[in-house]
Amino acid sequence: MNVLAIIGRAVLAMLAAVGRVTLFAADTVSHLGRPPYYPREFAQALVQIGYFSLPVVGLTTIFTGGALALQIYAGGARFSAEAVVPQIVAIGMVRELGPVLVGLMIAARVTSSIAAEIATMKVTEQIDALITLSTNPAKYLTLPRVLAATVVMPFLVGVGDIIGIMGGYLVGVERLGFNAGTYLRNTIDFLEPLDVVSSLTKAAVFGFLAALMGCYFGMRSGRGAQGVGRATKGAVVAASVLILAANFVLTELFFSA
Amino acid sequence: MIDLVDVHKAFGANRVLTGVNLTLRKGRSMVIIGGSGTGKSVLLKCVLGLVQPDKGAISVDGTDVTNLRQGTPERDAFLARFGMLFQGSALFDSLPVWQNVAFRLLRGSLKKPRAEAREIAAEKLRRVGLSPDVADLFPAELSGGMQKRVGLARAIATEPEIIFFDEPTTGLDPIMAGVINDLIRGITSEMGSTAMTITHDMSSVRAIADEVAMLHDGMIQWTGPAGEMDNSGDPCVAQFISGRAEGPIETVR
Ligand SMILES: Nc1ncnc2c1ncn2[C@@H]1O[C@H](COP(=O)(O)OP(=O)(O)OP(=O)(O)O)[C@@H](O)[C@H]1O
Ligand SMILES: [Mg+2]
Repeated sequence: MNVLAIIGRAVLAMLAAVGRVTLFAADTVSHLGRPPYYPREFAQALVQIGYFSLPVVGLTTIFTGGALALQIYAGGARFSAEAVVPQIVAIGMVRELGPVLVGLMIAARVTSSIAAEIATMKVTEQIDALITLSTNPAKYLTLPRVLAATVVMPFLVGVGDIIGIMGGYLVGVERLGFNAGTYLRNTIDFLEPLDVVSSLTKAAVFGFLAALMGCYFGMRSGRGAQGVGRATKGAVVAASVLILAANFVLTELFFSA
Repeated sequence: MIDLVDVHKAFGANRVLTGVNLTLRKGRSMVIIGGSGTGKSVLLKCVLGLVQPDKGAISVDGTDVTNLRQGTPERDAFLARFGMLFQGSALFDSLPVWQNVAFRLLRGSLKKPRAEAREIAAEKLRRVGLSPDVADLFPAELSGGMQKRVGLARAIATEPEIIFFDEPTTGLDPIMAGVINDLIRGITSEMGSTAMTITHDMSSVRAIADEVAMLHDGMIQWTGPAGEMDNSGDPCVAQFISGRAEGPIETVR
């Protein structure tokens, strides 16, 4: 009986949280069609989220692409299939690892900073001040960040996909003795438009989720430094889990048929 | 005119306001005094709709403002008439000082050309005793008292009809406090604005108040013209003015 009550309470709490997040997301998106807009804040968010994330994206994907090439070569050797390295690296990077790893890096880098910034603003009454200055925080803080992340993530993931494939190429050509021209031709011939489309779609969804979670947890922050810490932690965990869950759902949608 | 009737507000088990009744007429300057933690800041936030009262009615010029929903034109119009200095200044630390002061002039319905907005910001900074050099600094680079004055400049930047000051002189030296008292006095007498000020500083009360209200135990304990404050006959007010530890106001709260 007691156990049931505990489970029931947890489920209800989770449903309530899902409901709140959904409402928050719907409210955020609804501001797309309702001026005023804040282009300056949007531009700043683009630079912060997009441009300054490039180094992290490049480093993450180049090492992953390289490691992937080594693994596939070693694993493929067990059944004499070493030659598939270019194809598997391409498909693995573009369909899965590119979007997921970049998504998780963005959750670490962008979600945390958005959550900490907005939570600090909340704790120091800056959000209250915004409201008294006739500025809607949803329009001024949330929408620019969420929109910027959604728009810029496909670019980041596109760059990440290419750098990841390049990491595989470098390892393949320098370490594993592949012919450079053959490696590239195999990669390009093998990739299909759907692979790229799925990669960029995932990217947009992950960017949306990452920024949304940062804003949601920041806006709901408790009081004091502890509140800011909790909001930041909650935002990063929620964004990471949602990104992985969304990845599964999107993969199912794109490739299960 | 601002009218509060039987306003209640509790945070969990902490019952902060337990039936506040208060009226402030247009163009008057009211000072709210009361012990630390009695809910003065919460009271101002209730009027602004930043804190939702549990019970009671708050009206401004006869219109009920407790149920204005965020984002509606009515609420925007309501907020456009207000200026607020927060107790902790609440400056936007991502923006330089002048953009903080001119925040409302740089966007939204009151938008002005950038150069003009900057001009106005510099003028308001001068009025609160800050040199133009601070305009391009960031809030984190200022002292606490300077931040407070930037917050004050921001609150008066658009010359609102109704201005709330939450402890405008706390943390300022006596001379600067005098400048700010004169400024607040001037805002009500020259611009005809309605002002509600929270302060613990009795010299400030005497300098700026037309009316005084004392908040104690979640209710307005005493209210009257500033001149009658010394002969109010209310033990709480008397204790507050004299700053004695003995009296009806408990020292542990
Ligand atoms: N957002 C909030 N959540 C929970 N409790 C709050 C909140 N805001 C204020 N309180 C509580 O309400 C009470 C009154 O706070 P308030 O800030 O209004 O005091 P005050 O009269 O302005 O005091 P001071 O003179 O020290 O500024 C305090 O006990 C405070 O803990
Ligand atoms: Mg206060």
